[in-house]
Amino acid sequence: MATVEIHGVRKSYAGREVLAQLDLAMTDGELICLLGPSGCGKTTLLRIIAGFIQPDVGTVVVGGQDVTKLSASERRMGMVFQSYSLFPNMTALDNVRFGPRVAGRPKPEQLKRATDLLDLVGLAAHAGKFPHQLSGGQQQRVALARALAVQPQVLLLDEPLSALDAKVRVQLRDEIRRIQRETGVTTVLVTHDQEEALSIADRVAVMNGGRVLQVASPATIYRVPADGFVARFIGSGAVLAGVADAGRVRMGALMLPATAATAHAAGQHVELFVRPEHVRLEAMNGHIPPGALAADVRETVFLGALTRIRVALREADGEVWADLPSEHAEAFKPGSPVLARWDEAAPRVMKRLM
Amino acid sequence: MNRLGFGGWTILVLAAVFFGVPLVMTAAFSLWEGGDRYGWSAYRILLASPQLFNSMALSIELALATVAAVLVLLLPAMIFMNLYAPRLRPLFEFVAALPFVVPAIALVAGLSALVTGPEWLIGTPFYLVIPYFFLALPYAYRAIDVGLRSIDLPTLTEAGQSLGAGMGQIIHLVVLPSLRTALVGSTLLTLAVVFGEFTFANVLLFHTYAVYINEIGQHEATAAAALSVASFLLTWAAMLGVLLVGRGRITEGS
Amino acid sequence: MPKAPIAWLFIGAFLAFCAFFLAAPAVMLMVQSVDGDDGLTLQYFAALGDYRYRVAFSHSLSLSFTSATVGVIAGGLIAFAVLKPDAPRWLRAVVTSFSAVAANFAGVPLAFAFIATLGSLGLLTSMLKSIGIDLYAIGFSLFSISGLTLVYSYFQIPLMVIIITPAIRAMRPSWREAAENLGASSGQYWRLVGLPVLAPSLLAAWILLFGNSFSAYATAYALTSGNIGLVTTEISAVLSGNVVSEPGVGAALSVGMIVTMVVVLAISQMLARRASAWVKG
Repeated sequence: MATVEIHGVRKSYAGREVLAQLDLAMTDGELICLLGPSGCGKTTLLRIIAGFIQPDVGTVVVGGQDVTKLSASERRMGMVFQSYSLFPNMTALDNVRFGPRVAGRPKPEQLKRATDLLDLVGLAAHAGKFPHQLSGGQQQRVALARALAVQPQVLLLDEPLSALDAKVRVQLRDEIRRIQRETGVTTVLVTHDQEEALSIADRVAVMNGGRVLQVASPATIYRVPADGFVARFIGSGAVLAGVADAGRVRMGALMLPATAATAHAAGQHVELFVRPEHVRLEAMNGHIPPGALAADVRETVFLGALTRIRVALREADGEVWADLPSEHAEAFKPGSPVLARWDEAAPRVMKRLM
Repeated sequence: MNRLGFGGWTILVLAAVFFGVPLVMTAAFSLWEGGDRYGWSAYRILLASPQLFNSMALSIELALATVAAVLVLLLPAMIFMNLYAPRLRPLFEFVAALPFVVPAIALVAGLSALVTGPEWLIGTPFYLVIPYFFLALPYAYRAIDVGLRSIDLPTLTEAGQSLGAGMGQIIHLVVLPSLRTALVGSTLLTLAVVFGEFTFANVLLFHTYAVYINEIGQHEATAAAALSVASFLLTWAAMLGVLLVGRGRITEGS
Repeated sequence: MPKAPIAWLFIGAFLAFCAFFLAAPAVMLMVQSVDGDDGLTLQYFAALGDYRYRVAFSHSLSLSFTSATVGVIAGGLIAFAVLKPDAPRWLRAVVTSFSAVAANFAGVPLAFAFIATLGSLGLLTSMLKSIGIDLYAIGFSLFSISGLTLVYSYFQIPLMVIIITPAIRAMRPSWREAAENLGASSGQYWRLVGLPVLAPSLLAAWILLFGNSFSAYATAYALTSGNIGLVTTEISAVLSGNVVSEPGVGAALSVGMIVTMVVVLAISQMLARRASAWVKG
């Protein structure tokens, strides 16, 4: 178990910068998710930590020791790959004891360790099976056990769930969390699935264009996104472009309530983000009270307990979403006029990305 | 340039020497006119020889006839077996592997013991098409099988039938076009195999191209070298054809 | 199946053709090989014990064994080097297309190419002689079994490159990375994962190369004019009446070849089953 520090890591391929001057620090026993769209550099970063790729500049420090120059086989890290990384010629048990075996541990110890770990991932009954006889989810459990068998300082998971069915994915996600807590091993998980990241991580690092944009707890990432990219990437919400004007955002003729706008100089171009759970709708009965916005229902999407309603503002070129309990959503049919409002403390206001 | 590592480059350089030297030497030798004179005389002798063109024409005719036999005899049988009698697949696999177990020379021995007439059959060079068919069978079978497996024949046929097409139309309009790559591949492989074939023709005393090269080699060494170089280039042209038409799918089946 | 009588016509025609012109000749050979003037006889098989035929079989077997082994090792190494993920693309294209040509460049032209190069008057032989290396004086001869092995390698190695390429391509980079990540050295990876995974394909390729060389006739015929006895050239000598022996001996030789191939295949099937316990299906 160990802390992990990334200092000033940079990496380019053929002149194209994949990682730009990147820093990241993890505490002992933490589970951190690298989250971002494909091509954001998250997998490159993971492979640099694993030792499969050398950074152009910068260092990787694990447990206080600089490991940048060590090869992958010297780093004592366990890695779980996307899929099909189990050795096809070995049983589940032989796969798991591979690490202790090449390290020259005595055979009884190898077997004991492998059996214990298969037990931990709930596959003790399948020890003698070959990979092709196991389901995708079972294969990834074996891969997890195999990675843990070397008693790694750090556990690295490279999109371990992306090849699995939705249901298995959720089960295995919870399992990974449980096992990570039980073993207390510092863990880095790469994913492009925000739901996965938010539900499993102690902290999430949102990446884009080779940079870490924000590192924070899932709740903070969701509630207080650091910039427009994070706000757009995490969760859903409406983005309305306008100009800061004291405690409001001016959008054409409309004044949108948002106390957060006070942080910006008047006249500054800003974007207002408002999440669907903060928007309330009511039927329009002629006059428009202050703080409410006239709008028309465009579309309703049934999501089970909630129904998401998309409405278009009348006085400006913009749309917002509202989540309503499904039993209250019946009244709002596409085309019907409504009033939309939100608590003026709810929206985030950020400088517009040019 | 060292991305392959020292070992990788060593292997490739050794391979380049082993495969390159005989070709270069043969090409150089074919230009030798005795003493220290070099020139094109070997090629002039060849081009002046009517036998060269006769034997080459015969080999080409035989190759085309063999391709026709594959298309008429093997292809429909494989399509129908896949559609109506998949239980026969093991038998087909066995038959296709048989030429591998029965070497060409043994087959020719058996054939000449079994078939002693009639003259219109064994007296014509086209008799060779029978053994050539079996020579090409394992390659052609493999190439067509790969093609058939990749197109999910039953589903295609059902889709065709549900749209009101008859069996003939389905095969003509759906199955054959989707097998195009496989058919081109198996055709060119068959051509290459038949064109270079020597065993049957030599034993059964027919004057094909390979037999002619052998004959000329007995007394005209430089001409034989010239023909060898030409053969290599011809084979190369045929294989490039496969690579271009089949987009690199030659790796299967050969 | 009444729905498709034409289908059965085609299937039947193909199978009948194979039965009559492929299976029947093979059976004919077996009959001929035991059919004496006065009923059943083993005299032809007994004749296989003659020095001449014992030598031919041992030549054929050792030539096939050696050239298949050389082909598997050299071809495997070349294919592996070329298929490394960061090998240049053009190199792959050159090697693939060259292999396709060279694997089919067997027979008479190949023999002449080597005679022009390494024959007693070959260009390379003379060049080496002029710098003081007399190949034929130090025991090399193109017209010996080792010479034949060298010539056969010219089509065996490329054939190996072609048939092993799909298997090497199917090796996943993540296996190697996983092994490395778990602390394995390159040697440990190959011993525990790489070679065991490739073993069934290597075995199948070896068998193919063995059969390819065992049944080859044209190259050896053109190269040695029958001076080095191989089983195939002996059969052809019987067939063309160049040696005084009865057709029964030719049939017995042919049956011997078929039996050899069947035995080799059977052994390989057994080994393959052991090597591929983990393979699907």
